[in-house]
Amino acid sequence: MDFNDTPEEASFRKEVNDWLSSNASLKKSPQDSGMAGMGEEDALKNAKKWAAKLYESGWSCLHWPKEYGGRGSTPIERVIWGQEASKYKVPGGFFEIGQGMAGPVLMMYATEDQKKRYLPPMAKGEEVWCQLFSEPGAGSDLAGLKTKAVLDGDTWTINGQKIWTSGAHYSDYGILVTRSDPTAQKHKGLTYFFLDMKSPGVEVRPIKQISGGANFNEVYFTDVKIPDEQRLGSVGDGWKVALTTLMNERLAVGDASGPDFQEAFNLACGQDLNGDLAIKDGSVRDKLADWYCQSSGLKYTKYRNISALSRGETPGPQASITKIVSGNKLQEIANFGMDIMDAAGIVRPDSSGAEQNMYQMGFFGAAGIRIAGGTDEILKNIISEQVLGLPQDMRADKGIPFNEIPSSNK
Amino acid sequence: MNFEFSSDQILLKDQARKFLEGEESLKKAREVLENDTLYDENLWKSIIEMGWTATTIPEEFDGLGLGYLELCVIAEELGRSLAPTPFSSSVYLATEALVRLGSPEQQKTYLPKLASGEIIGTLAHNETITAPTEKNISCKLENGQLTGTKIAVTDGDIANFAVVSAKEEGKVKLCIVDLNASNIEIEPQNTLDPSRSHASISFKSTKVEILSSNDNGWEDLQKILERAAVLYAFEQLGGAEACMDMAKEYAMGRFAFGRPIASFQAIKHKIADMYIAVELARSNCYFGAWALSTDAPELTTAAATSRISASQAFNECSKENIQTHGGMGFTWEFDCHLYYRRCRQLAANIGSQAIWKDKLINSLERANQI
Repeated sequence: MDFNDTPEEASFRKEVNDWLSSNASLKKSPQDSGMAGMGEEDALKNAKKWAAKLYESGWSCLHWPKEYGGRGSTPIERVIWGQEASKYKVPGGFFEIGQGMAGPVLMMYATEDQKKRYLPPMAKGEEVWCQLFSEPGAGSDLAGLKTKAVLDGDTWTINGQKIWTSGAHYSDYGILVTRSDPTAQKHKGLTYFFLDMKSPGVEVRPIKQISGGANFNEVYFTDVKIPDEQRLGSVGDGWKVALTTLMNERLAVGDASGPDFQEAFNLACGQDLNGDLAIKDGSVRDKLADWYCQSSGLKYTKYRNISALSRGETPGPQASITKIVSGNKLQEIANFGMDIMDAAGIVRPDSSGAEQNMYQMGFFGAAGIRIAGGTDEILKNIISEQVLGLPQDMRADKGIPFNEIPSSNK
Repeated sequence: MNFEFSSDQILLKDQARKFLEGEESLKKAREVLENDTLYDENLWKSIIEMGWTATTIPEEFDGLGLGYLELCVIAEELGRSLAPTPFSSSVYLATEALVRLGSPEQQKTYLPKLASGEIIGTLAHNETITAPTEKNISCKLENGQLTGTKIAVTDGDIANFAVVSAKEEGKVKLCIVDLNASNIEIEPQNTLDPSRSHASISFKSTKVEILSSNDNGWEDLQKILERAAVLYAFEQLGGAEACMDMAKEYAMGRFAFGRPIASFQAIKHKIADMYIAVELARSNCYFGAWALSTDAPELTTAAATSRISASQAFNECSKENIQTHGGMGFTWEFDCHLYYRRCRQLAANIGSQAIWKDKLINSLERANQI
């Protein structure tokens, strides 16, 4: 048992570091992204510039085949890249849906011409993609989606509404699941497409979040035309294609970002509570110890996964606990941080109050992360069914044509 | 990165599990619980024959000279099967104390016999209803003679000798006491987990040997407890996972409202919570195992982390296993309570959650100052 690289891994890590150190600057702290205070438009420009640089130097989409703009790396090499890149101020946050989810689906289901047309610009960051899955009436029960797709000749007409679409307002293309046959059973009448977000009839409206920001949108479709050649998978097979996408989503979702044990510990070491340093307080120590054990547990769970990849094996299912544990921990730590600051904890700080802001943003961010990409409850279903093999809950909609399933109490 | 047990160690673990199943370790735990026996002598003999008591003892003292990773996987299986033997006291505590602190003569005297199972050792540390501290230890050592009383000594009425904490001129020292010597009174104590025996031991001017000759007896003991904590954590991890598996199996087979209760989200989420606790504990235990086997500077942190995490996992899984079983889980007949009892016993054995949490934060404060 050790934490050492194999000789191959060590030489790859060196290669990564050599390139990163001459093309990016090191972070001063884990929270230091180098993007603080940057507006979304500038951040996107900045990210596109960085993505292009990666592409030119052969560091784009490590897990993709070379012919589509990737590097053809092994999974462990991708991990090493991620570890090293996280030490540097490198822009991110715009291409994950495309490169992590849409790209792999195109590779499985698109024609060769389409792959050649769409994948390299996706890898280069020239074209941004979004994911049009959830609907107002279909969140955790995603297969309950209703956006209508009707085929006439070789053109589909789309009508309906999607929601929680991250980045729809700056995306060039989207992957879309629709209901093509409402008389079939729920999972059987779905069809999957990709489309140009500038198609006539596509309307993007930002959603204001509890934090005040607007990272995601509602997307309305009114008689939007999609050529049949942009269908991915067979008609009625959309659920299968969507599951491939979601599998990649789960691999892509990592830790909740925000204050963690170390930040809370530093705060407790520097801040007074009841006339002494907060770190001397028994209840503070008790909580800190719990968070340390959770952070450590997640860190070494990750190491177990990396070790499996290093041996060329598929990692066990233990990574499925990451989002549940880190989201809830973040919510607790954010509350703790503000609590330590007493009444001042809720006062929105001026530019000098970065620490206050970090806990306040964690307070809102945690409430979101516990829902995004699978709620805590859905993830527990996934753990119990797919990891532990427990049976599915009884479903009231099984075997019934979709258009006969009750969808409200009216 | 190779943060995983080797294929040989995994094989050893599988063998250990099969061996303990074959020995009906769990059934024997119930027998010890229900009868007047102190431990299962046949199981203990078989364990000795397997060589497990000799695992980490150096070859020069007739041990196997294997690493701590091997001992960790054995500990996990002993925990899973609730093995009713003095293994933890004798191997994690007494043997460790001798290997780490013993003089060459003491090692020569004790280690070969510990390896062969000829003698059993334990640690006697607690004295009152509060946790022992450097200040409140009241057993006295004068002119090589020990006076005072230790309570809740696990295997105190089985062991041939005990490592005992006592004060000499205000400083804590560790001594070795032959429990068959005169001027010792051993009283069995009934506990919440009678599948493991406990006793109070009173010393009256009992002749003892000093174990560690330096003045840092308290620090020396903390080092031993840290090392043992990783091994106890593996027992707790094994117990936790056994409870999760029991809950799962019962929920699959138990029908209510026309379907298996395992299909209700209230039960599924409960079992998913057990899984989360077990996986966090497992990853932290691996960290502890690595630190223990490499004598890493992180050992204090790693030991406390694995101990806290595994105690929490066993607590979560043993209580929710009863809950999943409903009324049957509350019966004497079902095995749920054996794990519930052992969970509490192991949680108390080398210091409470509060103590280990304090150790963890202390250690992180020290690391932060460097």
